[in-house]
Amino acid sequence: MSTTLVSLISMGMVGSVLAAGLVYASKKFAVETDPTADEIEEVLPGANCGACGYAGCRAFAEAAADGKAPVDGCPVGGVTVAKLVAQILGVEAVEGTHRKVAQVLCKGGRAEAKLHAEWIGPRDCRVAQNTQNGSFKACSYGCLGLGTCVAACPFDAMYMDENGLPVVIEEKCTGCGMCVRACPRDIIVLAEEPQGVHIRCRSLALGKDVRGVCSVGCIACRRCEKECPVNAITVEDNLARIDYDKCINCRRCVAVCPMNTIEYQEGKPVLKKKRAS
Amino acid sequence: MELFFIFIGAVLVNNFVLVRFLGLCPFMGVSKQTETALGMGAATTFVMVVTAAITWLLQWFVLEPFNLPFLQTPIFILVIAAMVQLVEMFLRKTSPNLYRALGIFLPLITTNCAVLGFSLIAVQSAYSFIQSLIFGLGAGVGFTLALVLMAGIREELKFADVPKPLAGTGIAFIIAGLLSLAFSGFAGLV
Repeated sequence: MSTTLVSLISMGMVGSVLAAGLVYASKKFAVETDPTADEIEEVLPGANCGACGYAGCRAFAEAAADGKAPVDGCPVGGVTVAKLVAQILGVEAVEGTHRKVAQVLCKGGRAEAKLHAEWIGPRDCRVAQNTQNGSFKACSYGCLGLGTCVAACPFDAMYMDENGLPVVIEEKCTGCGMCVRACPRDIIVLAEEPQGVHIRCRSLALGKDVRGVCSVGCIACRRCEKECPVNAITVEDNLARIDYDKCINCRRCVAVCPMNTIEYQEGKPVLKKKRAS
Repeated sequence: MELFFIFIGAVLVNNFVLVRFLGLCPFMGVSKQTETALGMGAATTFVMVVTAAITWLLQWFVLEPFNLPFLQTPIFILVIAAMVQLVEMFLRKTSPNLYRALGIFLPLITTNCAVLGFSLIAVQSAYSFIQSLIFGLGAGVGFTLALVLMAGIREELKFADVPKPLAGTGIAFIIAGLLSLAFSGFAGLV
């Protein structure tokens, strides 16, 4: 017998014996995994960010397969992933897949709002807020414009415009809320689409004082409150507030606001839910 | 008595990680927590002991009689890979947490040079079957010892005031060097 043949045979024999052993072991130690969960995990973004409230994508997939988690529970994947998950679970489509998008509730950039001084410290709103209460800006409620929210955004969905205000790129925003937590002045909120009417001011100062420091702040004139047909807007502590649950996007408040504080922003279309039988 | 010397020799005098510098990848990679270090050590020890038995049989009943010394490395790797697969399945079933904690380092035992290294050394030294087993056990225990020592130190290190440029892997490398230096003190023990 030639050496080649011997080596081929011995190698093959050893390999087959080990393979047989492994086959036996894999049967014996088989771990049952839910195939549905596996499928769902496939379509998830796989970032393991935990924004859904579960410990990673695998945990969410398992919960969704058990019906414990909503199909649209992944805020990062948004509508696309919700659709796919719904498909896997045999649920037709999803109602209330309201994508949450960050909204910046301040319009007072460099052109609109007064500055007492120029900030030359670190480019971090939290530093400015915690050291001098952000007093370089005349309005003590408005955006400091140092871009802490932009730096906090893990999805590159925000940028600072030339006017010194953060802008949310709606298509990229996943509603993770990192910017909301980063903002020391609580200017950013998460609003569910398709809510398009936003009162972009957080100032609790008297109307007269607001006028003194900003050309687009809420002066609590109550015109929007009177105009609203569904009582979605209430003025309290010198600030108009909107109840997103009541608002019907009629945009009448946008038209009457003398300061142009109220804005309408087109939302993205939303899926409707229907459970398959 | 000879078996005892082989064991001590593999654990301390010629510690596979700290003296022979084999298997450094998991040594740095899985030595952040004592618990996972212990699990990794146990898994590797198991692979080593079983591999010791199988490779000894293969070496003296297949490779030598048929005169196939050139097949040594591939066939040993084959055995090691199969054993690692076995351990992986076993761990996945019995301890999913440890399985997750070990992560990529578990399948990487396959390419852990400490395992291949010790089986080649065992053959070179012409150990008997029992001696090979004890040598494998010693190699595994020595590997575990190095990992656990390192993990213990690194756990304490979290509370230490490490100079900024050295924090993390830098200081870990320095400690690995010091540990290795300390182990060189065992030279001549056996």
